[in-house]
Amino acid sequence: MKLLTFKGGVHPPENKLTEDEKIQRAPLPDKVVVMMAQHAGAPAKVIVQVGQQVKTGQVIGEPQGPISAYVHSPVTGTVTNIAKVNSAVHGMAVEAVNIERSGEDEWELLPKLDWSKASKEEIIEQVKVAGIVGLGGAMFPTHVKLSPSKPVDVLIINGAECEPYLTIDHRVMLEMDEEILEGIEITKKVLGVNEVYIGIESNKKDAIEYLERKWNGKVKVAALKTKYPQGAEKQLIKAITGKEVPSGGLPADVGVVVQNVSTMIAIKEAVVDGKPLVERGMTLTGEGVNKRGNWWIRIGTPISWIIENLGGGLVNKYNELKVLMGGPMMGIPVPNLDTPLLKGNNGITVISEQKRESTNCIRCSYCVYVCPMNLQPYLLDLLARKKKYDDAAAIGLFDCIECGSCTYICPANVEHVKSIKLAKKVYRSLRGGKK
Amino acid sequence: MKLLTSPAPHVRTQDSTRKIMIDVIIALVPAVIAGTFFFGLQALILSILGMVSAEALEFFILRVLRKDKNFKPNGSAAVTGLLLALNLSVATPWWVLLIGVLFAIAIVKHTFGGLGQNIFNPALAARVFLLVSFPNVMTTWYKPIASFTGWYTDIQTTATPLAVLKSAGFSKVFESTNYFNLAFGNVGGCIGETSAILLFLGFLYLLFRGRIKVIIPATYIGSVLLVSAIFYNVNPERFGSPLFHLLAGGLMLGALFMATDMVTTPMTLKGQVIFGLGCGIMTMLVRYLAGYPEGVSLSILLMNALVPIIDRHTQPKIFGRRKNEQK
Repeated sequence: MKLLTFKGGVHPPENKLTEDEKIQRAPLPDKVVVMMAQHAGAPAKVIVQVGQQVKTGQVIGEPQGPISAYVHSPVTGTVTNIAKVNSAVHGMAVEAVNIERSGEDEWELLPKLDWSKASKEEIIEQVKVAGIVGLGGAMFPTHVKLSPSKPVDVLIINGAECEPYLTIDHRVMLEMDEEILEGIEITKKVLGVNEVYIGIESNKKDAIEYLERKWNGKVKVAALKTKYPQGAEKQLIKAITGKEVPSGGLPADVGVVVQNVSTMIAIKEAVVDGKPLVERGMTLTGEGVNKRGNWWIRIGTPISWIIENLGGGLVNKYNELKVLMGGPMMGIPVPNLDTPLLKGNNGITVISEQKRESTNCIRCSYCVYVCPMNLQPYLLDLLARKKKYDDAAAIGLFDCIECGSCTYICPANVEHVKSIKLAKKVYRSLRGGKK
Repeated sequence: MKLLTSPAPHVRTQDSTRKIMIDVIIALVPAVIAGTFFFGLQALILSILGMVSAEALEFFILRVLRKDKNFKPNGSAAVTGLLLALNLSVATPWWVLLIGVLFAIAIVKHTFGGLGQNIFNPALAARVFLLVSFPNVMTTWYKPIASFTGWYTDIQTTATPLAVLKSAGFSKVFESTNYFNLAFGNVGGCIGETSAILLFLGFLYLLFRGRIKVIIPATYIGSVLLVSAIFYNVNPERFGSPLFHLLAGGLMLGALFMATDMVTTPMTLKGQVIFGLGCGIMTMLVRYLAGYPEGVSLSILLMNALVPIIDRHTQPKIFGRRKNEQK
């Protein structure tokens, strides 16, 4: 098998502890907390009141502006509170609707769409009102991605799942291939493309072989070298098409749209079944929880509930743990366990900290060799810490995808990503939002 | 139970600066063995003294003078001390070595800010410092004795092959030695520089462990071979053969272990090519034209000084940008 890849990258221990665990449907939580910012762009506006009865799938948040998304109630019950909660992802307080479940689901579905007859615009509108965002983690509103400003001719489905520990994309490819394929057919029609690839890392050999056999050439299966960050959008495009997305540009600039495998399922369910995005697949993993597995679960479920009821609680022997939204390379540590699951959370990883002191850079060049964007992380870190933000911007501060390969590989444990993230923030505020 | 929120990535390699330094020391063990075999026990004593004194001095500077309680010895000073010892003649008095260590660690390394901050390779700068301060000690060489337990006072002085080439011509070199002796190190010279084969063995270990900017020795040695091949064709008697220049003197020690020092070499592949080429050409210029018979130390130090400029002008092309978009 010829494996496609990109230049640079690292190979952290894969730790795919749950790759053989079938996806199970989680019981309904008693209470959910639904954030109004579960997407890139402007937070949605709450349109329900405290005390109001809501049905599963009912709209509770409306989009504000072109890049925003609908938010739906994931359970049937009563709105008990609307308050701002701290979002670890956004780094600020965002509005959230608390809903207490009153019983079994009473669905409020969207009108079903016969996508083979429906127009492109109708399908995009359906995706929009279903509140679909990119489920790989970036949570970019999907309806925006489905109407690119430039003509595209290639659709790439991202099944790389290069983050260690996470296995949900792997499992959906093995268990929900029909839904994915229908989602792909719908997306193909909307984008008007004929060429579709699905990129899968070689550590999911069963999925590669299964989809090659099952889909029989309808989607080209691209076997990728197992290397982090193989699933990063730009690196995935480079590996499969050989094209480089221009600096500051979008995949559409090279005629490509990338969608996550799980997003395909959401599109299929929204269009064919009329189901808004209120549940998703997720991996609960890490050595810090007693039970690990892959779950189909309602969005808005508090992480504490997930750990107690699905994970059998935290492992007792640890005094300190990290609970991450996502995997260990780019996952966001949550400061408290009441934080709910977001649309983009493909996993909850509970791991112990590997504490290490940062020491002086010894100029080993490892970070330069592994940077998938061909940047000089040591220099960006140095300039950022010296507050030379303009100089940092000139050598590619904003090209950094924050994948963490440099910090992972660094023998001196320099925190490149931390200083780069901070420098981006400061630069943006100093330069009045430019860049 | 406490929730931790330190920033991503949340997994790190188990690698560390100390592991890198230990790998370098392991890679130098064959050279120490060769030095001890050819020059006797004094070679081993100097090597250990260099390592221990350098590490002790660094500990003193950081823990006592700088009051840095978090400092943990990482072995980088030991590497410097060992490399310095390997760059000395076997009869160097112990106190000369200590002066060299003091200069390397206190002046070259720590006045510039310590680990990772120094511009010049501390061991090489100290060697040149000693060469200027103690010219006699630093240019008196001994015939190998080929016995691990031999003592240096029993052995005779000799000239290094490069000095013979410079003063008497290429054919005179082979009156007292041959390529076999040159390759294994059975010739006069510094403790650690003479055995090309065992140095290469250590280099293979570093290569296997990924601890080396491998482009540098490749271009360094390549350019030495190229330059000497050209001049050999012009005048073999005066300039000597490429193989001779490869095996004689400090080229192997310099190219494999000094020019590859992580701290004092360029960060990008292109920069490393320039660095290696510069070292190679400069080494040959000194060997052919300058007053000293050997130019490895001087050329590497000179290229060390150019590293900031090289780094500035060899920035890699950022993913998704065209060449001319960058500064």
